[in-house]
This record gives sequence, structure tokens and C-alpha cells, in this order.
Amino acid sequence: MSTENGPSFDGLELGEVVAERQVELSRDSLVRYAGASGDFNPIHYNEVVAESVGLPGVIAHGMLTMGTAASVVEEWAGPGNVVDLQTRFTRPVPVPAIGEATVSFTAKVGALDAEARTARIDITVENDGQKVLGKAQAVVSCA
Amino acid sequence: MPVNIDAVGRAYGPHEPYEVTRIKIREFADAVDARSFAHRSEEAARAEGYPDVVAPTTFAVVIAQQAEFHVVVDPEVGVDFSRVVHADERFTHHRPIIAGDLISATVHIDDIKQRGGISMVTTRTELSDEDGTPVSTVTSTLAVREEV
Repeated sequence: MSTENGPSFDGLELGEVVAERQVELSRDSLVRYAGASGDFNPIHYNEVVAESVGLPGVIAHGMLTMGTAASVVEEWAGPGNVVDLQTRFTRPVPVPAIGEATVSFTAKVGALDAEARTARIDITVENDGQKVLGKAQAVVSCA
Repeated sequence: MPVNIDAVGRAYGPHEPYEVTRIKIREFADAVDARSFAHRSEEAARAEGYPDVVAPTTFAVVIAQQAEFHVVVDPEVGVDFSRVVHADERFTHHRPIIAGDLISATVHIDDIKQRGGISMVTTRTELSDEDGTPVSTVTSTLAVREEV
């Protein structure tokens, strides 16, 4: 790993917020992610299909939410320094045909490993006042 | 028909390697709001210590999902894709993915758990480069609802 460009390990404190972002997801965002990722499941762009499988409507790709969470951490960590990233998808993010769904991301230091010089960053992701990801954790390689 | 638990241990691939390109990295970075210039410019990537444009953290999913598709379409596994919800995902990167990489993927069915009409199918996709050196391990669990 290229840790030279990573954030400094020394001085990090548990609970410290290292990054925050609010993102507006529209249908355009979902179509863009579908094309970029190759995930063309119609529940991410077709209302009728989404409702026929019991969803409240078109929902964002879980991987779009996870990928954006990674980008929020990465803006602080530096590109290539998130060495591990995991999450559970606990709640869908419905995205309206017109307008946006607001998703907020808060990344905090959850644990520190002085020997490996890595920080575990815990990411809270919320839409409409409710958490949409469970146990969203990134391990960042620090300098 | 429920998912076949005897499929645990099956492996698929590697198939034709995936060629990582600068334009695809940029496209993916735009889609996930990854703002670093190191995803867009070779010069910016070099300044960060990489030989070429570096991929965002979850870019590996582009390659892993193609590999996982072999599991979903295997009739002997019996996943009904219209009844699938993504339950969890994990990336462990052994090194960053860089433009120019030729990545091979092998997907393993590590676990299938069934309870309450839901099958949890866990796959592990191992990505490696042209030299066979590990690049990333992508673990994914799909929840498949059985027909009632």
C-alpha cells in the first residue's frame, strides 16, 4: 500500500469526525451508477418492476451508497488508502422520479491500531432520519 | 425451487481477464462522487505515488459482479435473480487497482444458510493480476427469498 500519501496516524483521536458529506441522489445518479458499474437491475430505474417485487419504488443501488461512503472516507484518507471496507445493507434508499433523496455521511474514528498504523473509520449513513447501512467500517492505512 | 446448499464449495473462473482503463475509472469515480484527481489524471496519480490512474475503493465491484453472475445463472445453484436482495459486501484490498491492470477473477461459493424462507448465499471473489499476485478479495452475500 502507498501509505506515504495517507493521513497522519499520530494525533488521531477515537470519536473524531474525519469527514462528512451530504449527497443528493436523483434518478440520474442511479442511471449513471448503473452504467459505470454494469449493474442494470431494473429496480434501480423502473418503478413498475420495483413495485412488483415489493419495494416502495425505485431504490438506489446499495453499492452506490457504499461507494459514496468510501469516497467520503477516501477524501480524507487519500486515494488507494482504504484497505478494507465492509457494510450490511439494512434499509433501501427510495429515489423519486423527480427531485432527490438526501443521504448524509459521517465518518468517525472507531478504533486505532498503533502497531499496524491503521485507523478503523465507522461511517454513519442516513436517509430520511434513518440509518441505511449497518456496520459500515473502513480500515485506512495511515502514514 | 430453493437454493441448492450442496453448491457450497463450487468455484467459477477465472474467465477472460478484465482490462482496467482510465476512462472506466473516471466514469466510476464520477458515479460514486470520488473527487480525487488521482482517479482522473495520470499526473495527479503519480504525485500520489501510483504508476497510473488509481481506482476508487469499490471499483473492484465492477469486476467482482461480473464473476458473481456465473453463480447467479448456474441452474444447479438455483438463484432466482428477481428475488435477490444484496445483504452485505466487503472489500479487502491487497493493493490498489491501477489503470492498465489485467485482472482475473475466481468466485467461490463459501456459504449458503437457509432460514425462514430466505437463503443467504455468500460468495468470495478473488481478484489477481497478470502475475497471479492477489489484488482484492470481494465478499458478497445475497439474500434470496423463496417462492411461496
